[in-house]
Amino acid sequence: MDIQKRYGVRTLILEIIVVIVGLIFLIPFYFLLVNSVKSFADILSNSAGLPQAYLWSNYAKAWTAIDFPTALKNSLIVTIVSNLLLVLISSMAAYQMVRHPSLFNRILFFVFVAAMVIPFQSIMLPLMEMASKYRLNNSMYGLIVSYLGFGAPLSVFLFHGFVKTVPLEIEQAARVDGSSRYGVFFRIVCPLMQPMFVTVIILNTLWIWNDYLLPSLILSSPELRTIPIATYSFFGQYTKQWDMALPALVLGITPIIIFFLFMQRYIIEGITSGSVKG
Amino acid sequence: MVGKKASQWIQQIIFVGPATLFFALIVIIPFILGLYYSFTDWNGISKTINWVGFSNYTHIVTKDPDFRNAFWFTVRFTVVGIIITNVIGFALAYILTKPLFTRNLMRTIFFMPNMIGGLLLGFIWQFIFIKGFAAVGEATGLSLFNLPWLGDRATSFWGIVIVFVWQTAGYLMVIYISSLNNVPKDVLESAEIDGATRWQVVRHIIFPLIMPAITICLFLAISWAFKMFDLNLALTNGGPFKATESVALDIYNEAFTNNRLGLGTAKAVIFFVIVALITSVQVRLTKSREVEL
Repeated sequence: MDIQKRYGVRTLILEIIVVIVGLIFLIPFYFLLVNSVKSFADILSNSAGLPQAYLWSNYAKAWTAIDFPTALKNSLIVTIVSNLLLVLISSMAAYQMVRHPSLFNRILFFVFVAAMVIPFQSIMLPLMEMASKYRLNNSMYGLIVSYLGFGAPLSVFLFHGFVKTVPLEIEQAARVDGSSRYGVFFRIVCPLMQPMFVTVIILNTLWIWNDYLLPSLILSSPELRTIPIATYSFFGQYTKQWDMALPALVLGITPIIIFFLFMQRYIIEGITSGSVKG
Repeated sequence: MVGKKASQWIQQIIFVGPATLFFALIVIIPFILGLYYSFTDWNGISKTINWVGFSNYTHIVTKDPDFRNAFWFTVRFTVVGIIITNVIGFALAYILTKPLFTRNLMRTIFFMPNMIGGLLLGFIWQFIFIKGFAAVGEATGLSLFNLPWLGDRATSFWGIVIVFVWQTAGYLMVIYISSLNNVPKDVLESAEIDGATRWQVVRHIIFPLIMPAITICLFLAISWAFKMFDLNLALTNGGPFKATESVALDIYNEAFTNNRLGLGTAKAVIFFVIVALITSVQVRLTKSREVEL
């Protein structure tokens, strides 16, 4: 459809409306950024205007106060390791469930899907109890194991839907050529599943990176804090110290916004295909 | 023959085993334990756990004003939240599937708030409600911005709604856009030629054809709104005077502030049953309205 041909007065009005709404949507970011470099007095007296002086030192203070490098490192470790293991175990489970639909596997799949409606609050207390009994608490390892369990249902569900669309003939041909089932899975099926890998990784990244409750229950040592935990405990200490809090918030959201700007196309596609399957 | 059977068993264990093991350990066993604890007076620390039958449940239903308030807040919030997010999400999608020059930029802008987690978002908006809105009110003289946005029962409800809509409308927009792109152009054009108004086209052609997307968007909005926790915690922490406490936050407080884990898990069981009921009824209802061309 040719833009020039169909661009009338109506479209122009729509365009103007949408741009105005878009600017309103951006106002929170404006307030956040502009005030993050003001002095405390400047924030109180003049929170809408531009700074009287740019205090970049606010960022240096916030950086050390929340120990940003440690929080960033922890968030990265948890998100990356959980993601990799989650796609591996979920795609393998889904593959087996589709290709070997025994009664057991069908029941198992049903349980996985049904568990998707369980709210985290319903398992949180016994999970904490078990975590302390089996020494999973206060460790990255325990946190990652928890994400594997809680993330498995949706991931298995998404892969399950996708494996069904992979033509069986290719696999059979590979089997005839002497490939083992593991070979078929890793060398034939995995490359075909690439779009679904991207989808699952994106959905899980958004969830794990931003999650507050689970890490706050599992982790207690300051050196293990992820970004949401570090931000929360920082707010407890510096209530209403906006000249420290706002740069800390900017630091906290920067990594994921950068991730978004670089991966935009895949994120939008991932969410679309994830929701169509879901 | 025996060898083949054994290798099939090994394959089953290698492929399905790990996911099933973690899933059972982290979700299924705690879930069943939770059912058990909900019938006890467990406080989370004590070694002696007494079976108390249904007394936690009757307590919650008959004499727990906090849970009732939290539940009522959550229901009101969910109803208002899903309507506004879906209307705005659809409207944005409808406009942004028109051939606008700023189309891609605007899609990016509306989607961006989704990347930020509820906790950080809550803190950011705390500042905006306290300082930002006041400044806008001063500059424009509009009394709307001078309200005590987080300090008052009625306004804080709307405050959370505003943040929720700001965060999630863009996500729903993305789903609606992809669905609108799949509506065949010739159907729309022939309706136009037959003289259908824009609203008639939306109502009688677009809505029925994008019903699968509506099912998903309602499902997502319901489950996000109903399970809201991080945003609630960071923005108002349930205040003022528990006026904006969501069910998820009430369960959390019951367990960790009041140390009544038996009661907390009973609340969580009730919460689970309600979430499961509402979402399955909704999916069933909207799925039955899906049509195929």
